[in-house]
Amino acid sequence: MSGSRELILERVRRALADAPLAPESPRDYRRAGTLSPVARTELFYERVCDYRAEARRVRAGELPVAITEVFAARGAQRVCVPNDIASEWRVDGVNFVDDEELSWEELDHIDGVLTGCTLAIAETGTIVLSAGAGEGRRAITLIPDLHVCVIEERQIVETVPEAMTLLTELGAQRRPLTFISGPSATSDIELNRVEGVHGPRNLVVLIEESA
Amino acid sequence: MSATARPFPEAAHDALRDAQLRSNLFVATQTIRDKRNQVVGELSDWEELREAGRAIKADVLANLDRYLLQFEQAVADAGGQVHWAADAGEANQVVLDVARAHGVTELVKVKSLTTDEIGLNAALEAGGVSAIETDLAELILQLGGDWSSHILVPAIHRNRTEIRDIFRATIADDALSDDPGELAEASRTYLRERFLTARMAVSGANFGVAETGTVCVVESEGNGRMCTTLPPVLVTILGIEKLIPSFADLEVFLQLLPRSSTGERMNPYTSLWTGVNAADGPQEFHVVLLDAGRTNALADTVGRQALHCIRCSACLNVCPVYSRTGGQAYGSIYPGPIGAILTPLLYGVEHAPTLPFASSLCGACYEVCPVKIDIPSVLLHLRAKAVESAGKPSLTMAAAGWLFGGRRRFAAAQRLGRLAQRPLIRAGKIRRLPPPLDAWTRTRDLRPLAGESFREWWERRG
Repeated sequence: MSGSRELILERVRRALADAPLAPESPRDYRRAGTLSPVARTELFYERVCDYRAEARRVRAGELPVAITEVFAARGAQRVCVPNDIASEWRVDGVNFVDDEELSWEELDHIDGVLTGCTLAIAETGTIVLSAGAGEGRRAITLIPDLHVCVIEERQIVETVPEAMTLLTELGAQRRPLTFISGPSATSDIELNRVEGVHGPRNLVVLIEESA
Repeated sequence: MSATARPFPEAAHDALRDAQLRSNLFVATQTIRDKRNQVVGELSDWEELREAGRAIKADVLANLDRYLLQFEQAVADAGGQVHWAADAGEANQVVLDVARAHGVTELVKVKSLTTDEIGLNAALEAGGVSAIETDLAELILQLGGDWSSHILVPAIHRNRTEIRDIFRATIADDALSDDPGELAEASRTYLRERFLTARMAVSGANFGVAETGTVCVVESEGNGRMCTTLPPVLVTILGIEKLIPSFADLEVFLQLLPRSSTGERMNPYTSLWTGVNAADGPQEFHVVLLDAGRTNALADTVGRQALHCIRCSACLNVCPVYSRTGGQAYGSIYPGPIGAILTPLLYGVEHAPTLPFASSLCGACYEVCPVKIDIPSVLLHLRAKAVESAGKPSLTMAAAGWLFGGRRRFAAAQRLGRLAQRPLIRAGKIRRLPPPLDAWTRTRDLRPLAGESFREWWERRG
């Protein structure tokens, strides 16, 4: 409604006739973390486990073995991957389906999805996807029931402000962003936590030690 | 606020008699409160975050016209379409027009207080479009023909057996048990097909970033991700107070909100998107900037801080009044302490004159508010306005004013009162006063006047 735009702006200006002051916002909260890289990884691992997601720490170079084990343990055979995933992640024994405009219906019949991520936040046990390299479009990490996400140790930051700063530095603010902290969950029935509603019911986080 | 809303004291009276409701609420508010305290206690800089949150929101309000224009431009630059709605009717019409343009008769919805506030579902229904609620609690309410009792856990007044019965009557067969896991699974099965085939979705939003035109939805179940990712057309209704200046400001609110709301370090899913992305998500995106009373609240220099609210519901869980009456007694989409100020500010105090009194002014709400809304002060301010709008004070109050106005008059009244109260005292308490004083004893017992006043005692000691 074109008239409404002018009307609302006029109402706002009239409501602010007393010209309220708004001094610059103080930013005295913690921005940078203080933990060593080892402690940071440990904290991230603990916090992810706290959400009842499965987290595994993987030595440098042993990622293919871990990927094989994770999918085998869950009987996942057909696994969706973004086209630009690292070639060493395409392990034998799993039928990888490249996401070439797969329909929602097709994604609904796939056993799992394997992606990387942009960064992870230790303090909150969060992984952040930004539709970047090795991450794919949002639907592929949403519809399948199992999401296996690989994180390199050096991608972990300690605090939320560090994560937002890094996203800005990467120029990712305007890309589609998804923050994931554990599997989907609801507490709507008598406050009983039930894991797995509409998003993947199983989230596996593989933390790869930096070489 | 619904047109038929009853005054708070009357509705609260009924709610207090509902033992199931009271026990569910007690457990819920207590549990969430404990979780919140624990995760807030983990952050050494909580007070600094609160202060930053308050200051950022104050900046947004003080420069709201500028931020609205900046947001509008940023969304348009990113390929989104911006609409302005002065009232609920206009916002609903935008959604209906978009649905009609695409020949859509059924759409999926993310839980949104704002769309509840404007009565979107009913307006769509009247226009031949059905809206399916996809949040589990909202679905329970929708299928049960019921309405919300808590901002965060709207179906908290329903126990698992009631929910099972609602599902059996609507979306599942009689084999369904009352196990919460099974109930969640039933809703997953019912909704999945709708997510995968929906051609249009409607959402609210937690934040809109003026700098980038980014919209943010914070949730737990994944229904928000489904709705904002899969359908080709998305409409987001955004109250004009939901803006924040910059992308970096999210670092404050994404810490304050989940810890205050569900008592989690971070909620399971947060989605952020900006306009239209050719390779990912909806290819048509509309955002509706909604006033619907927000500029009324903004014009109130004391009350405008209520617009800082990020809808966390922490104030509900600590409120001694809310934790006994529940949300429905408030007769508004926004219950609890924040609702007691927000509702009259949005709709005018004359339409909700009892709400500012639905509080004991204990101040617990102010202490937990992540954006430091001084709810007790705003309540007092609105009480004064409610009394003003109701006209002259009553004869009883005028008489009381005269009595309290002079020392001799007051002392004489005390002596008289001691005599007059005798027939009214039962077991050391006065349970019922004669009219018009019975307004006080209708909800309280009264202690009798002491046999001797302090002043009399002091004088007797010489």
